[in-house]
Amino acid sequence: MTYLAITVLGHDRPGIIAQAAEALSECGMNLEDSSMTLLRGQFAMTLICAGEAGTDEIERALSPLLDDGTLTVSVREVPDESAHPALGNPYLITVHGADRLGIVARLAGVVAEAGGNITDLTTRLAGDLYVLAAEVDLPADVDVETLSGQIAEVAGSLGVDASLRPVERDEL
Amino acid sequence: MDLKVALPEGRVLEVVRAPAPVLSQAGPVVDPAAPEVLQLCADLVATMRVSPGCVGLAAPQLGVAAQAFCVDVTEHPKARSKHGLIVLVNAVVMDASRNEKAREGCMSVPDLTGDVKRATRVTVRGQLPGTGETVEISADAFEARALQHEIDHCTGLLFLDRVAGAHAIHTRKVYLGSPDHG
Repeated sequence: MTYLAITVLGHDRPGIIAQAAEALSECGMNLEDSSMTLLRGQFAMTLICAGEAGTDEIERALSPLLDDGTLTVSVREVPDESAHPALGNPYLITVHGADRLGIVARLAGVVAEAGGNITDLTTRLAGDLYVLAAEVDLPADVDVETLSGQIAEVAGSLGVDASLRPVERDEL
Repeated sequence: MDLKVALPEGRVLEVVRAPAPVLSQAGPVVDPAAPEVLQLCADLVATMRVSPGCVGLAAPQLGVAAQAFCVDVTEHPKARSKHGLIVLVNAVVMDASRNEKAREGCMSVPDLTGDVKRATRVTVRGQLPGTGETVEISADAFEARALQHEIDHCTGLLFLDRVAGAHAIHTRKVYLGSPDHG
């Protein structure tokens, strides 16, 4: 079994996903985890697919996506890490405020220093407003109160509002 | 319950947008009988009334750090309890239960929406501007959400502070005419 990580980036238009998924399907590649969104209007998709096809074959199959010159595609083999265990407890960091250089770098630095792992991140710039929401796995031995204080301190120095709180989960 | 308030003529004011610092400040308790508080409440109602789809507005959104807001979900299709126009100062949530997640917008964050978990049943206690009478309002569904959204504004919180996850912030695709909180 081969696992391939594929990215498709560029000018958005209807049909990109259909075209990519059809090409992968014809090569017998099963589309497993995927994420697609528009980033400032740009199409941005990342996916992992599994099957027997190799990198070269999939690059050829996806090459029609490149025809109009507005998209870039990358294909790369990756090891299977689906059984990768989650680290510690999930928390959510939210930040909003005036756009400033280095918000993500400074806050992610504090999280990394504490041994936290960011597992999901969204940032949006809307006019002057910068918004960040990040889900973070924190090791069980992290002092959450101390980390929260450090995040507040960094946020304060950047002039933005930030909070750290546990991810709510309702088991039904 | 009679929630009617006598307010002066309100002015339609510009709604403050994030990242304005006033939106992140906890507003102080106000004197419900003070003329400036009555004027503020009147301005909130007047501005809400002219804003398409707007069902609530809080003092920080008019640039004033204060615990005052108005809500009116009468015309909203998702509303069950409908108290008509609610104008309260110094309001707090006394009781909240039955959380549900829904997507919220806000006139102070016009380009984004967010998925926020809030109680669908709340009891809110506050004072009526003018008389200062203390009232308790039990609301559910959309009216409960709107009250919590506005009380959050009064304490310096935006829906952005309460989004449910990293993928709970969305770029708004429709600007006007869609149902909106204040």
